[in-house]
Formats: sequence, C-alpha cells, structure tokens
Amino acid sequence: MTPLLEVENLRVRFGSRKAGPVVDGISFTLSRGECLALVGESGSGKSVTARTLVGLTGAGSLVEKDRLRFDGEDAARFSERTWRRVRGSRIGFVMQDALSSLDSLRPVGREIAEPLRLHESLTRAQREQRVLELLDSVGVPEPEFRSGQYPHELSGGLRQRALIASAIACDPELVIADEPTTALDATVAAQVIALLNQLKTSNRALLMISHDLAVVSTLADRVAVMRAGTIVEEGSAAQVLRDPQHPYTRELLAAVPSAATRHSRLSPGPPLAVRDRSAVRPRERPAPGTVLIEAEGLRKSFKGRDGRARAAVDDVSFVLAAGETLGIVGESGSGKTTTARIVLGLDTPDSGTVRLRGRPWLDLTAAERRAERRHLQVIYQDPLGSFDPRYTVHRVLVEALRVAGIERGAQLRARLRELLELVQLPADLLDRRPIELSGGQRQRVAIARALAPDPEVIVCDEPVSALDVSVQARILDLLADLQRELGLAYLFISHDLGVIHHLSDRVLVMKDGAVVESGPADEVFAHPTDPYTKALLNAVPRLAIVGAQDD
Amino acid sequence: MTTTAHLPAPRGVWLRSRLPRPGIVLAALFLLVVAVAAVVPGLLAAQDPLAIGTDPGFLPPFASTAHLLGTDQEGRDVLSRLAHGTAPSLVMGLGATGIAVIGGAVLGLLAGLGSRATEAVVMRVLDVVLAIPELLLALIVIALLGTGTEHALLAVGVATIPYYSRMVRAQTHVVRRSGYVEAATGLGIHQASVIWRHVLPNAIKPVLVLATIGVGTAIAVGASLSFLGLGAQPPAPEWGSMLAAGVQYISVDWMLVAIPAVVITLTVLSVTVLGQDLRRRAEGRTAR
Amino acid sequence: MRAKLLAERIGWRMIAGVGVLWGAATAAFFTLHGTAGDAALSTVAGQGADPTQAVLDQVRRDYGLDLPLWRQYVDYLGQLLHGDLGESYQQRLPVAQAIEAQLGQTVQLAAGAIVIALVLAVGVGVLTAKRRRWVRATTTGVELLLASTPTFVIGLVLLIVFSIGLHLFPVSGQDGLRSLVLPTFTLALPVTAILSQVLRSELEDVLEQPFILTARARGMRDVAVRFRHALRHAAIQLVTMSGYIIGGLLGGTVITESLFNRQGIGQLMLVATTNKDIPLVVGVVIFCALVYVVVNLVVDILYTVIDPRVVTR
Repeated sequence: MTPLLEVENLRVRFGSRKAGPVVDGISFTLSRGECLALVGESGSGKSVTARTLVGLTGAGSLVEKDRLRFDGEDAARFSERTWRRVRGSRIGFVMQDALSSLDSLRPVGREIAEPLRLHESLTRAQREQRVLELLDSVGVPEPEFRSGQYPHELSGGLRQRALIASAIACDPELVIADEPTTALDATVAAQVIALLNQLKTSNRALLMISHDLAVVSTLADRVAVMRAGTIVEEGSAAQVLRDPQHPYTRELLAAVPSAATRHSRLSPGPPLAVRDRSAVRPRERPAPGTVLIEAEGLRKSFKGRDGRARAAVDDVSFVLAAGETLGIVGESGSGKTTTARIVLGLDTPDSGTVRLRGRPWLDLTAAERRAERRHLQVIYQDPLGSFDPRYTVHRVLVEALRVAGIERGAQLRARLRELLELVQLPADLLDRRPIELSGGQRQRVAIARALAPDPEVIVCDEPVSALDVSVQARILDLLADLQRELGLAYLFISHDLGVIHHLSDRVLVMKDGAVVESGPADEVFAHPTDPYTKALLNAVPRLAIVGAQDD
Repeated sequence: MTTTAHLPAPRGVWLRSRLPRPGIVLAALFLLVVAVAAVVPGLLAAQDPLAIGTDPGFLPPFASTAHLLGTDQEGRDVLSRLAHGTAPSLVMGLGATGIAVIGGAVLGLLAGLGSRATEAVVMRVLDVVLAIPELLLALIVIALLGTGTEHALLAVGVATIPYYSRMVRAQTHVVRRSGYVEAATGLGIHQASVIWRHVLPNAIKPVLVLATIGVGTAIAVGASLSFLGLGAQPPAPEWGSMLAAGVQYISVDWMLVAIPAVVITLTVLSVTVLGQDLRRRAEGRTAR
Repeated sequence: MRAKLLAERIGWRMIAGVGVLWGAATAAFFTLHGTAGDAALSTVAGQGADPTQAVLDQVRRDYGLDLPLWRQYVDYLGQLLHGDLGESYQQRLPVAQAIEAQLGQTVQLAAGAIVIALVLAVGVGVLTAKRRRWVRATTTGVELLLASTPTFVIGLVLLIVFSIGLHLFPVSGQDGLRSLVLPTFTLALPVTAILSQVLRSELEDVLEQPFILTARARGMRDVAVRFRHALRHAAIQLVTMSGYIIGGLLGGTVITESLFNRQGIGQLMLVATTNKDIPLVVGVVIFCALVYVVVNLVVDILYTVIDPRVVTR
C-alpha cells in the first residue's frame, strides 16, 4: 500500500535565493493509521514544514522539492484551485492556541461549519446537524448551546476541541496538528492528547508538530527530530526516545527536567566556577535553615466584571528558609503569581502577613521597604518586558548596582565584571539593548540584575516557561549553580511539574487560590494525598525513556 | 505605541507609509530650503514682497528674470511673497504644536500620574473638548480673541491640546503598568525616581515623535485659517492668504493659486514623511 | 445576561453623552457670560452709536443679565433643554432657526462625503492589503499625498482641473447635483486617504493572525478570506474612528462651503466667527457636540454588533 504522504528533499527559504534555507532538504513518508511527530525547538523549521504541506508556506517563500505526493497524486504540481479542494476536505489543520486560531467574531458553530460549506453540498439544516455531531464527537458537552458561543466564551480545552472539530469536519485523511497542546494547562492538555489519539483511525494519518518530547512520546508511532531545517534523526518513537543515536537528540532528552533529573545537570558544559570573588565583600550569609520569608494566612480577592469578588489567593501560608528552594506549582489562575506579588510587596493582601527576615512587610514605611527590597529580588517570565526599552544592558545593571550602593569607579567595574561572569555572559553584550539579545541571554541579564544588590532570596516567576528546552536546561543549571555558590533561597513559581520537581526542596501545590498540598518535593510527588495533585501528576505526559540521563 | 491607535490624533498620525530612502532624503532637502527661506528670505528672493511695483500684474512664471515665478494681481513678486511667507507658516506649525504638546503633556501627566479624582476631572473636561471638531474649536478662540496670526497660532495650539493629553495619559498608563517599572520598583528605587527615570521619558518620547507629524497638520490648519481670512491679514505675505487672494482671480491666472498650493502641500508632505520615518525608527527599537 | 450587560453599557454611554453635553453647555454659558457686556453693547450699538446708561440697563434686563449668576445658568440650561440656543446678535434671529435653515445643505454634503469615503476606502483598503510592493507603494503614496494636502488645496486643485480646465462642473453655487460633486469630493478625499490607510494597516495585521491561516487551511479563497473574515476585524478600528471622522467632516465643511460659495453650517460658523457673533458661534458648537454625542452612541451600538467580545469580555 502506498503511503498517504511522501516528501522528498523539501527545501524552503524566505526572501531571496541568497537567504539561508529555513527547511533544508527533509524527506519523510506517512501512512494511513500512523502518527509521525516532527520534534524540534523554535527555528528548527517544523512549523514551516507543516504549512508547506498544505501549500500555505506564506508570502515571499520559495519552495523546492524533489517529490511531494499526496495519496498517490503529484501534489508538487497542484494548482492553487486543486490545493483549495484538498485543504480542509482531505487535509485538516489544527494549530496551537485556539483563541487566536478561531475567528473571534464568529460563533464556533459557524467556524466548524465553514469547511462543510466550502467542500460539501449540504443544506443549512444538515450542516447544523453535522456541527452538533462533530462537537459531540470531540467531547464538547451541550453542543447546541456551545455552537452558538464565541471562542472567548469557551474554556481553553473546549476551544481546542472546537478547533479540532473544524479540522476534521470533512473527515480528512490527514490531520496536521501544530503544537496542539502548547497553550493548555497540563490537565486539559492530557484530555486533548487523548482526543488526538482517537483521531488516529485506520484510514487517517496524523502529523504532529511539537517541541515537547514528552507529549510526543504518548502519541507518536514515529518521531523525526528536526534541527536548523534538517531531520537529524528519525525512527520509531520507542527507538528514538529510548536509544537516541544523534547527540542533539540525546541533548534534548537530557534537557527535560523531571523527577529523575533531581540534583543532576540538564545541559552539557561545565558547571559555573567562580574564580575570583575578591571584588565583592563576601556578605555574611544567614545560616542554612534561618527563616527568611514567613507568609501567613494571605488572602486577596479581585473584583470580576460581574462585580463579584473572586478569591485569587485564599489563605496561603508558607515559610522559606535560607539556601532552599520552595516550588509553587499550579495551573493558570491558581493564584501563584498573585502570591509572589504579595511576597514582593507589589500587591497588598486583604489579610495575612508577610515577614521578611522577621520584619512584617506591611508595617514598614516606604523608605524601610525600599531598603529591605535589596534582600529580595525577582526574575520574570518575560525578561524583555522588565527592561526599559531605552536602556542598554550596561545601564540596566548599573541602575541595579547603584541601588545597592555601588556608585562608581573601580568597584562598580569590578562588580559588573563579576556579575557577567556569574551569569556567563560575554562583556561585549553590555552595549546592546535587551531587544537585540536572544531569549536565554535576556534571562541571564535579568538574573544578573537580580544578583546585583546581593540578595538572599530570589523570587522566580515562571522564569523558563518562554524558553526552548535546551535553553531552559542551561538557565535551570545556572540557577542551581548560583544557589550553590551564593547560598541563595528561591521561591520558584512554575506550571511545569517537571521543572518544579527537578529543583524544589519543598513544594506548594495551588488550585483556585488555595494550597491543596505541601511538603518535601519527593514526598508530595511520590505519595500525593490530594485528588487534585494526583490528577495533575497523572496528566503530565512522562517520557518513556530509561538510562538516557546518566551518561 | 499601538496603544495610542484608538485615540483621535492629528491627521498625519494615522498614516503608515514607508517611503523609500530617496523620498525621505528629498523631503529633508525640501525642508532645508524651507527653513533657509524662513530664516533669511532675502537669500531666495531679493525683491520686496510688499512693493507694488511698476511691473504689470499677472505675469506668468519664467516670463521675466526679475520675477521668476511671476507677479500677482498687484504686480508683486510671487517668489518673494512665497519666501517671506515661509516664516509665518513654520512659526505656526512649530508654535502651535509646541503649545499643544506642552499643554497636552501637563494635562496628560496630571491625569496619568495624579489621583483618580484628578484623572476623572481632566478626562471628563477633555471629553467635552473632544466633542468639538478641531477647526471649530480654533474658530471659537478666534471669535473670542479676534483675527490675526498670533491668535490663529494660539487657536490651533489650544484646539489640539486634547489629542496630546489623551496620548500622554494613555502612554503613561501603559508605562506605569509595564514590567520595567515594576522591576525598578522591585529593585528598591524611590518612586519619584522611577517616575522621573522610566515613566516620564517612555511616556513622552512616542508622543514627541507623533508631534513631528502634528507639525505638518498644524501648518495646514494654520494656512486654512489664513485662507478663511482669520489668520494673517493682507497685505502681509502668508501662504494661506496668498491663496485666498489668488482664488478671486482663479479664472484669470490659476498659477497664483497653484504655486502657493504646491508649496504648502510639499511642506506638509515633507514634514509628514520625516515624522513617519522618525516614528518607524523609534518603533523599530522598542517593538517586540 | 448579554442583553442586560448590553443595556447597562449603552445606559452608561448615554449618561456619559449627557455629561459631555452638559459640560459643553456650561462652557458655552460662561463664554456667553464673559462676553455679555459687549453683547449688550453690540445689540444696541450700530456703528458709532452712543447709548445712554438707561438704554443699556434696559437691554441688560431684557437679556436677564441683572439676575444672580446661578439663576442665569439654570435659566440657560432650561432654555437649551427646550431647544432654545439663544439669539444671534447680528442676524437678530434665533440661533436654532439659523442652524435649521442651513442644516439641509450641510447634511447633503457630509452624507455624500461619508458614503464616497467609505466605499472608496473599503475597496482600496481590502484590495491592496498585503499585495505586491508596487501596488502598495503607489496607493500609500497617493494616500500620503491626499492626507497631507490641506482640504482647501484639494478643493482648489479640483476646481482648477475640473471647472476651469475641463468645464465639467460649476465653480461655485448650489443648484443641482452637478454643483455638489466637487465639494463632496473635496470633503471626502482626505478622509478616504486616512480611512483606507488605517483599514489597510489593520487588515495587514489581521491577515497575519493565526485564524486567517486556519481559514485558508480550510480551503477558502483569498478574496473570501479577506471579506468574510478579515474585513470585520479591521472594521472595528474604522468604527472607533467614526466620531473623529465626522468631527473632521464638520470642520471641513467650513472650508469647503467657503471655497465653493455654498450655504451651510460651515458658512454660518465662519460668518459668525468673523462678526464675533458669540451666541451664534456657541450655538453651532453646541449643535456639533450634540451631533458628536449622537454619532458616538450609534457607533457604540454598532461596535457591540461587530465585536461580541466588548460586552462579555
């Protein structure tokens, strides 16, 4: 039986012929009943490949291929008219983030009906009937009600289901899913993955695009690992994930933080070794175990649009001691960021107290509070937004050092050099603006700024969530090194259980503003007692690999 | 800067064109000539713009070496009148925009940084002013103060204050809620220095860039007022009033209308083009 | 729920609109009051007349200028509520009547200009967004030129070309449709340039959105994607600009009507300004504020029709 899709030596470039290729000669085949995953980090060319397969590479693109066959037909010669007949009827396309992938000004029912209207001659009533059946088949409850709703009125999971329903409306033989679970919370993502699994019927092939090896491992039969426009390794999912041959695949696999990676390094390269710390007076560190932050009974509610107050943080208490990492994990809307803002003194709680090194935040005068801030620093998910767009890296760091009382002269230069060394950035970046840096470099600058006043605690609010897995690995390793070298305590906030488990000593699991479970990380993750924690742990796709880490 | 997209603004601000480099250079060169004419009009035209000479009126352009662009209905040299009419136009553009930006910045910052009550009062007052079209607002000022160049300048400036106030306020809100202001606060920097170092420059700068485009619009509105007979009064040379005078003879000699019209349009166009370029550069640096 | 939120929203907007009108009326009152001394004088004074104190006092009483300030204020608001905008000094007739007499001409002009501007802008904007470079370069160039040209210059150019050069349309006056063509286009062209520019840049943003790719991936044709999906998103910005556009048109009529020697609100305003006829000026301005408030209320309702998110978000 011929494969459904055959791609041979596909090359895509944008702009002129001189520009470097985004996709650089990839080949693969895909048969009915099979799921192939293209895995890679940002810039690997995986999404461009997906778009090229439906003839929508985009403006200014140049596509070359030796062979592109769809169901035995020569798709390389398809006219735009033929492509239009194929798109939506024989190939369905699911993108990430259904909120922006569905037309926000139309009810979802009309969006789902659109491919039917374009490709099938049904009466209006028949279409409406089909839409309801489709919504039901993708597990959307109350289809009659839901089909009349707008995307923003649906939850993330229902939206993604609706998007999938619109992609499979005409029962296509090939479904291409581009990062279909990326924008979703773990529990919701697990349900969508289960739904995608059902789509793999004997008559249909699934092409999955993802950056997440763990997601892929639960769904794909075969995996192709992409890097810089080429496929570096391809094979059955079991073989690629268990016994990777290419060094890049191994690096990617090793970079995924999880329970198994605790106390080990995620990235290749030597750990941070600070050679010379003479520039800075080694500050007296509080003894390990000294309580630095004590939060008690924090409550905070916000008024919703309907005028009712909704509790964002509901009776949260915890203690953070010197030199340890407290992980706060929860899905979106669980109140973890609001908790961090209260600890930072950026939001005022409705009730409850935060003691920083024994002194209650709220009772301090503005001047005392500013003085205390140097002990408590923060890094954000979006480092770029946290830099004044007019400032160079140099100016960003100098501003932070001035706050710490290091005004000018040799001391300032020495401390600058030391900070750069700590976060392993070359000195020639000092004259650049953060916008000219890569995501990883920006986060390093943010860390350097946080280190400038020589703090004891750093609040990390989703610091690696926007980064590729290999960059994330380096940043996580850096944070671990800095903790060891400088005796820092972290309040680490993340939605990613793997990250939290990798680096936390103790964890706090939050849901709807409340702490549902807390304790030492190993204990909570090994023996969860709360049903929500259990559900959360079950929802996390686990890499089915052994022994990949220990070499 | 997209935050200011929904606010009323001087006409040119809505444009988003990307002229090729030569176009921008041409615009800059033209403005250079205009600027020279404004400072030393004698350099471009040696004749007295007011002298009702012995030369015949309605002389066509290039017909006489003494009158390169011809003469008007009263035999005055058109080129000289154009050159001497430059300064009032530029003063109008810069002065009115200056008044508008300063007034706008004061009100906008008052609303953006002040208490909720202050903000509410300022914004409600601005709402009322915004309900009245710019040109009508200028007419009220003139009706109250009387006609004349200075009054017209004041009128155009005052009429555009609401635009700039709204922009400054909106920008202030965006900046105050931005990550970098929070980060600066988190570092332990005094609130006043955060406002001085981060909020003010980032809130004002984009508005200043937009104001360069507004200068062009102000020149156009100023010329309109003179055209209506409310700004510069004859026989003073001014582009708008030259046009107004020429219109009466439009069927006799349409060049008297065409020449100042072209000069006004080119000036406004050049200012707009340069402002657009400035904006594009500014956005390029801060865009994500 | 949705209906309730919608009603609430519109209710708030109406209150805000009344607030704006009240503010405008208050400003108008103080303007009138501040200039009332001259007013009394100019009412009786022809050129060079020298009225006695008794005559002046009589005039003051006639105008209610001897009452306490708050009383005058309340009376003034009461008059406004009855549609009484005061009396013109110069023309000696009620301001409301003067406006009413001129309204028809201006409405004709402005309505024509709005229709022309919208049709042209939507056509040009939708068809030129994300097209070949030269298409974009040409249209943005023309738009830049049109929007940079002062309204009266556009009018003059049209006059020179189509009246003086080609003799197609009359130079001035207002008899029949032919005399309406040039003024309407004079008013419409700059607005068209700005609208199509805004629409195109909005469309180009929208056409980059993921849902457009989704629509194309369903096999939809490009033109259908533009008109069925993208246009509605881009129209949101156009609608929010409407208040500004209509205000600009009312300002533009002053110039257009003067240039083409037409009757209308703009001409009325201009004459009032030149003669320092403050009650007439203030009356026209209050009328414009009323138009603005009504237009914005309509726009707001339209807005909720186009974008369901504004109500429930």
